[in-house]
Amino acid sequence: MLLSVVANRVGMALLTLAGVAVVVFVLLRVVPGDPVAMMISPGAGPADIAALKAHYGLDAPLPEQFWIWIRGVVTGDFGTSITLHLPVTEVLASRLPATLELAILALLVAVVFGGSFAIAGTLMRRTIGETIIDSLNSILLAVPDFIWALALVLLFAVAIPVLPLTGRIDPELAEGFTTRFYLIESVLTGRFAVAGDIISHMIMPTVALALPLAAVIVRLLKQSLKEAMLQDYVLLARIKGFRELRLVLQEALRNAVGPTLALTGVQFTFLIGGTVIVERIFAYPGIGNLAIDAVINRDFPLIQGLVLLFGLIFILINIGVDLTVAALNPRLRHA
Amino acid sequence: MFNISRRQALAASGGLIGSLLVPQRFATAAVGSTLNIAYNVNLPSFDPQTGPSSVNPTIQAIYRSIFDQYIGQKPNLAFEPGLLTGWGWNDDKSKVWMDVREGVVWHDGTPFTPEDVVWSIQRKAKPDGGNPVAFIWAGIDNFKIDGKRITADVKQYDPVIFKWMAFLTGYVLPKAYFEKVGPQGFEKKPIGTGPYMVDAYEGNAYLRLKANPKYWGGKPAFETVVFKFVPDATSRVAEIESGSSDITLEVPYEEYDRLKAKTGLKGVCTPISDIGMIFITNGGVMDDKNVRLAMTHAVDKDTIIKKLLRGYGVPIATLEAPEYAAFDPSIKVPYDPAMATKLLAASGYSKEKPVKFTIQTTRGFKPKDYEMIQAIVGMWRNVGIDANIEIYEIAKHFELRMSHKLAPAAFYNWGNAIGDPTTSTGFAMFSKSPHSAWHSDDLDAKIGPLWGEKDEKKRIQGWKDVDKYIAEQGYVLPLLQYAQPILYKSDLKVTPNVSGALQPATLVSKA
Repeated sequence: MLLSVVANRVGMALLTLAGVAVVVFVLLRVVPGDPVAMMISPGAGPADIAALKAHYGLDAPLPEQFWIWIRGVVTGDFGTSITLHLPVTEVLASRLPATLELAILALLVAVVFGGSFAIAGTLMRRTIGETIIDSLNSILLAVPDFIWALALVLLFAVAIPVLPLTGRIDPELAEGFTTRFYLIESVLTGRFAVAGDIISHMIMPTVALALPLAAVIVRLLKQSLKEAMLQDYVLLARIKGFRELRLVLQEALRNAVGPTLALTGVQFTFLIGGTVIVERIFAYPGIGNLAIDAVINRDFPLIQGLVLLFGLIFILINIGVDLTVAALNPRLRHA
Repeated sequence: MFNISRRQALAASGGLIGSLLVPQRFATAAVGSTLNIAYNVNLPSFDPQTGPSSVNPTIQAIYRSIFDQYIGQKPNLAFEPGLLTGWGWNDDKSKVWMDVREGVVWHDGTPFTPEDVVWSIQRKAKPDGGNPVAFIWAGIDNFKIDGKRITADVKQYDPVIFKWMAFLTGYVLPKAYFEKVGPQGFEKKPIGTGPYMVDAYEGNAYLRLKANPKYWGGKPAFETVVFKFVPDATSRVAEIESGSSDITLEVPYEEYDRLKAKTGLKGVCTPISDIGMIFITNGGVMDDKNVRLAMTHAVDKDTIIKKLLRGYGVPIATLEAPEYAAFDPSIKVPYDPAMATKLLAASGYSKEKPVKFTIQTTRGFKPKDYEMIQAIVGMWRNVGIDANIEIYEIAKHFELRMSHKLAPAAFYNWGNAIGDPTTSTGFAMFSKSPHSAWHSDDLDAKIGPLWGEKDEKKRIQGWKDVDKYIAEQGYVLPLLQYAQPILYKSDLKVTPNVSGALQPATLVSKA
């Protein structure tokens, strides 16, 4: 049963990715901005322009260009980046780990922070404590991630300069890695000073990305918990003499967490989208920062690769969320 | 399986927390043997001869740190020996000669040779090689090497060819090494003959360079230079203000004024070889000379510079900045709204019945670009010009300009680090150039003969005459020469470069 669901989702994912591939390819050629026009130098004649177009494979008819590209994609060859002079696959593989570490850390922070405040708000319901949490949460919800990023820059990099502002690691420490998962590798190999430096670089971008998601989690989970707390099984547990904290954690949370988990999955995709701006502000070398340069330079092969990668990530997250929700909820599992 | 004892766990936690609490450097902290530069753009590629990066003026400072150019350039744009110690033409100007510097070695220790020079030119000249200015180098052929001297034929006389050797793509790469590792191998481990060697690189994050102990020009002031790629201006301000970086550039003028007054920081903001201008595309109302001249006379450039750019900029009347070879201070286009009104009236336009057209501009691409155009549109309105502002992305500008489809007026900036009139007025105004907007036979007839003029004095005077004619006809609206703000720690000494390239090896030292 589960296998057929997974197979179905994978089939849908491939169809979606095929659609994304067509759309991004066509869109790039329709919207203004030609990579050759971006680099052509004053004084170049029509023959020079034609030679450059041929060099980058932009002289062929569009269907032929698409066929060459999509045939490569199927075999794992996404082409060569116009600006970086390297295979797109290699570039993406080198930048993705930085974004994954950042996004996952931000997700963890958001879940811990959001979950804790939702539980605290539930425990303090109908008190001034709940009002304070709701008010703070409204602010968190209203402010987007890039504003948090700028505020954190001013606070912790200028006013009280305790955190490094840009980059992923101190350049003096960025040696001896065999993978691009710097944080995970430094922890696993016991290079804790290096791990500390990486974390210090990640604190501000992580918090900027985590806060809006945490706010969503607080609001939804708290609402779900409040509803669960009115259910009969909670009442029964209360009659049995369970303490309030145990009621929330043991009785209400498991039933309330489903909707929050589903929405967190969707919001996580937005968080990954948010890395584009946040990575730029903190000069963090992930795929978000790379995407901005690719768009500015109209690096068609790189943009196409990035969009497909973002699409794949979103699909995988959604599949992962669906499977997790199904695993947690027996009713969905047998539906 | 990892087995971690309690002691190890405690030590690890201590290490983590300790490293998190290491205090950041403050603005007043002294600069050590490492120079940290908060740089405004990313370095996408290490190949200075092909691809978009090779013609990107903003990253030439990095290229000049790693590689050497055939001909060097002083901060005032004057030329000086680079990897060539001498160069010139034969009497009938059908051949060039170049003397190659001796005793130079590549970063891998192998000797630099005349073959490297020849191979570099030939690589750049290949029409299918991906060099956006291949046509420049394609004019040199039939090389002969005799000792340290190289001679070659030129297909036709190009008075600017040696200036290009100090300009975009004018770098020498190692023939043997490049052929051995290939283009992608070179991207991963580039070597040059320059003052610094690549030590570590992470795209969109940083480039760490180590001083080249065998550099022919002497050891640079800093053992290590780190270019941090910080494209966000707010973050660059924070980098210098917090002391995380020792020097930065291209910050907003407001922040520049605020920070240069701060203890521990200094600033320098001088004009560079980059101008702001408004392209005028022929056709429609722009074919009316009165309209064009009214546009130029109605713009108060001094006020724009004073009010919007806090005084940082130089008003210009032609596409030649004061440091350029064909600058002529006698050419003036005064701010004269009364004259503008009169000119428009002669064509039947007034404030009540204004001439209408669209002006395109970027927003945030250059300092206060959109605000400048807003101000100009306001000034135009006062004399009887009703311009509609259309914002576009710079990529669209290039595409429209190449296809001669820009709006009647379009804001742009134009760099010219070698200061020659061909690379400013020439390419911006000659109709055969893909970057020109005004296409007319009268102007082409004046520009055409200058491309191959062999008498240098006559050539420069010719371009001055062209600039005067353009100003009289109102074929373009030059606005201002930009100034580049640089902020740095007070224990540094910085020499501003008119080309705008902040080269750590030669222009930054300890005070």
